[in-house]
Amino acid sequence: MIEALYARARRFLRRILTRPRIDLPLAFGLFVLALTGLATLYSAGDGSLALVGGQAGRFVLGGALLLLVSRIPPPVLRGWAPWLYAGSTALLVVVAILGEGRGSIRWLDLGVMRFQPSELLKLTMPMMVAWYLHPRQLPPGWKDIAMVGLLIAIPVGLIAEQPDLGTAVLVAAAGAFALFLSGMAWWRIGLLVGAVAGMVPVGWHFLHQYQRDRVLTLLNPESDPLGNGWHIIQSQIAVGSGGIFGKGWQHSTQSRLDFLPEHTTDFIFAVFSEEFGLVGVAALIALYAFIIGRCLWIAMEARDTYSRLLAGAIGMSFFVYVFVNGGMVAGMLPVVGVPLPLISYGGTSAVSLLTGFGVLMSIHANRKMHL
Amino acid sequence: MKLRRSIKDPRGESLLFRRRALAGFVLIVLSLCLLLSRFVFLQVTHHDEFVTRSTNNRVKPRAIPPARGLIYDRNGVLLADNVPAFRLEVVPEQIKDMPALLAQLGQVVPLDQDDLDAFRKQLKQSRRFESVPLKMHLTEDEIARFAVNRWRFPGVDVVPYLTRRYPLGGMFAHVVGYVGRIDTDDLERLDPKRYQGTSHVGRSGLERSYENILHGTPGYELLEVNADGRTQRVLETHAPTPGKNLYLSLDVRLQKAAEAAFDGRPGAAVAIDPRNGQVLAMVSVPTFDPNLFVNGISQVDYAALTNDPDKPLYNRALRGVYPPGSTVKPLVGLAGLETGMRTPQDSVVSTGVFYIPGQQRGYRDDQRGGVGRVDLVGAIEQSVNTYFYKLALDMGIDRFSDYMGKFGFGRPTGIDLIGESSGVLPSREWKAANYKQPWYPGETVIAGIGQGFWAVTPLQLSHAIATFAGHGVPYAPRLVMATQGGVNAKPQPLANPPSGPSVIRNPADWDVVNQGMQQVIYGAKGTGRQLGIGFPYLMAGKSGTAERFSRRSEAYDTNRSTEYLATRHRAWFVAYAPADNPQIAVAAILESGAWGASAAGPIVRTILDTWLAGHDGVIADAKRLPVSAAPLPPAASIPPDAGAEDIEPVEDLPAQATTTGGPP
Repeated sequence: MIEALYARARRFLRRILTRPRIDLPLAFGLFVLALTGLATLYSAGDGSLALVGGQAGRFVLGGALLLLVSRIPPPVLRGWAPWLYAGSTALLVVVAILGEGRGSIRWLDLGVMRFQPSELLKLTMPMMVAWYLHPRQLPPGWKDIAMVGLLIAIPVGLIAEQPDLGTAVLVAAAGAFALFLSGMAWWRIGLLVGAVAGMVPVGWHFLHQYQRDRVLTLLNPESDPLGNGWHIIQSQIAVGSGGIFGKGWQHSTQSRLDFLPEHTTDFIFAVFSEEFGLVGVAALIALYAFIIGRCLWIAMEARDTYSRLLAGAIGMSFFVYVFVNGGMVAGMLPVVGVPLPLISYGGTSAVSLLTGFGVLMSIHANRKMHL
Repeated sequence: MKLRRSIKDPRGESLLFRRRALAGFVLIVLSLCLLLSRFVFLQVTHHDEFVTRSTNNRVKPRAIPPARGLIYDRNGVLLADNVPAFRLEVVPEQIKDMPALLAQLGQVVPLDQDDLDAFRKQLKQSRRFESVPLKMHLTEDEIARFAVNRWRFPGVDVVPYLTRRYPLGGMFAHVVGYVGRIDTDDLERLDPKRYQGTSHVGRSGLERSYENILHGTPGYELLEVNADGRTQRVLETHAPTPGKNLYLSLDVRLQKAAEAAFDGRPGAAVAIDPRNGQVLAMVSVPTFDPNLFVNGISQVDYAALTNDPDKPLYNRALRGVYPPGSTVKPLVGLAGLETGMRTPQDSVVSTGVFYIPGQQRGYRDDQRGGVGRVDLVGAIEQSVNTYFYKLALDMGIDRFSDYMGKFGFGRPTGIDLIGESSGVLPSREWKAANYKQPWYPGETVIAGIGQGFWAVTPLQLSHAIATFAGHGVPYAPRLVMATQGGVNAKPQPLANPPSGPSVIRNPADWDVVNQGMQQVIYGAKGTGRQLGIGFPYLMAGKSGTAERFSRRSEAYDTNRSTEYLATRHRAWFVAYAPADNPQIAVAAILESGAWGASAAGPIVRTILDTWLAGHDGVIADAKRLPVSAAPLPPAASIPPDAGAEDIEPVEDLPAQATTTGGPP
């Protein structure tokens, strides 16, 4: 019995250790992005090496996880999907019951480190939706759409309740993208989007006051000159003053004089825009588009429905990060706590993003063989 | 309708996915182009404008805390004022090494541990670019020393602010209360937006219960700052909305006279206008100086206050609970009439001892041998225990406590202060809940004379007397009469409708009890018959004396000296005036007083005299007594002959040796 288990474990390990196949274009894109992130952080953090070192350490950890996950074959990941989903949702329930965190309840204190279960859902959500749709008849009918809707609604509801609107949006988007990629008919999409748009006034009613304030502040930043309105105004000044070619690396004045709040985390894009100008912004957006495109390419090449949907959903949710964060910095979207992927300072998001790319690498390694 | 496919079609799905992925990618690229166009809008179209704003961006907003509302008495005398002062503030984001800064700063301006603790707590709670107060109320000397050394401490500044001052010191400490520095606990419950830049919050008294009205709404100013973050000039000011001023129903003159009448002896007095529940005076003696608390009280001062055996911090009027003693006899008598248990003519023979039928234990009257046959008016006049023993026993505890509950005993009065005690109204349920024991008839007997479990606060008793004096219409006591939204604005009265219909069904019952309470002052044998002398309007009152300890020795029966008794008794007196149209009701207690009428009575009389003086000696719609209408010569100073073995009841007679003869 024990020997059999041991043999199985050895087989498993051998399998994941002998297939280190990495998609080089994607890896290159991520590498450039991470370097850009560290350089921007160095400038935004007033040349603090501790800040850059800490972030680099997280990249190394994330990279190691990426390599490890890339060696787990997609069928194995598929087998785990329901358990991972159930486990991470259960953790959300635990957080709701006994979590701690100032203002909103997002964290679980594990003694050694504090841990945010909603971060797990960013990966387990598309895994679960892909797992559900994998054996079904595609494109999905109303029944399957409703089922997927339920799978998305439960954890998203729990996260939104914490309240953490940014993560809720990301998790919901990851699940919705998998559904979109499964071929859900356009007219059904149109109908659902219409229904959701109709629900907006109802949803407004359920928002927390501070969340409503953030939306209202976006419409009229001058109404809240000491709080979020101040963030929006300062961020736009930083971006706008950057111009076409920017003020140059380490020459941003807005963050240097501390006019720009949160300039190493949520508002780091404003520092980047101020220093590198429109040219830098266009290049960065192009880099993000390249990474997303490469993810979708990997998805198209994938062997089965599960891999396709998962890879596509991960790639497309990467876009949501960029769009929401960029929109917030440019004063287009309300202030929501969504980081700029691999550039904002912050551990959990970097590590969880890189782990997600590990899944993509694994899918790539097990792609269809063109004969 | 397409045919339902029952088997999966991998090739079709793959194609479908390919189309979807492409569609998705196109949508994504379009969205990113939209995002980019926003950057073009900001960085190209409006570039010049933002460059100008960026180079001019030496502007920082700063919250301006609102001025706290002022507090006045009913005649506009200032009770709580704002005065300018200076404090030291630190902007955390401009400090590289906080411990080193605090150490260096400490050599220029002395910082004690309390300052540092409060500072560290608040530092954790605030944003890095918000300044945090380090030391309040700088002296001239400290300001000068810092000014010379200011260049050494970028990010530290002396900032003017308004601090609270209570010009009358301790006189209103228990009512108006005081403000204190905001601490960590406060930060958790206060709205951070409303309290930006505010350093103080109401801690006790009206300062606390009216915090919302007194606080106001902060404004902000846009400051131009230099590279050190120091303010160069103010560009724009959006004025804060100051808190509303409060007008209290209290009268400084009444308050002052009442406090003086106690002469430092521990006790409390509350005066209420029975027509609307307005509190006219509320004192708790001894008191303390609330100014000590405003900018943090020193350890020494605080220890002195807490170690004082007379407990000056203790608000006796609001929280002190004492047995009401005989002061509630008129209300017990009223209960007898209203419940139909008694008519005004029903009488009882007082023999000196009352026995529950079939029981051995006797309950003593306060005069040895009794006073003979008395009706209700006589029983109130002479405070005859036997009448009320028997009445309570006949009513039974349930009916008794039901009726007494209507006068607000056993629950908070609902005054606009926080922390009021409920006292105890004896009832079967209360005893079951607190002692897990059944009710004994003997406990009903002594409840009839305001003893036993019965406990009231001075506020509760004055509220009950005011409710009676107002013909039974109950009003929750109110200290704040009106609010004022600006210096020149018209004060807006706060409505205080009665909290229910009159608790007295038959006005004739009120007349009988009112007559009994007038007899206390004017009757030949009234227990308070010196208190009305020279008062030009009809008074009604009732004395009460409650023992503080149970008797352990015979000394009580033999030692009749006032000093000795004062250590054993609590003295109450309640009164209202004018008795034909009551406009003020007062209750006063001396924690150590020999007899109710002689010890607490003069305090009540002083309050009434001062109140009358405040009306220039003329009260409308009330019968004015002829000036010579002095009451009958008071009785000789026969000490009341009180007490049964192990029970509390004691009743009072004025024990003053200065008076001439009279019936023994």
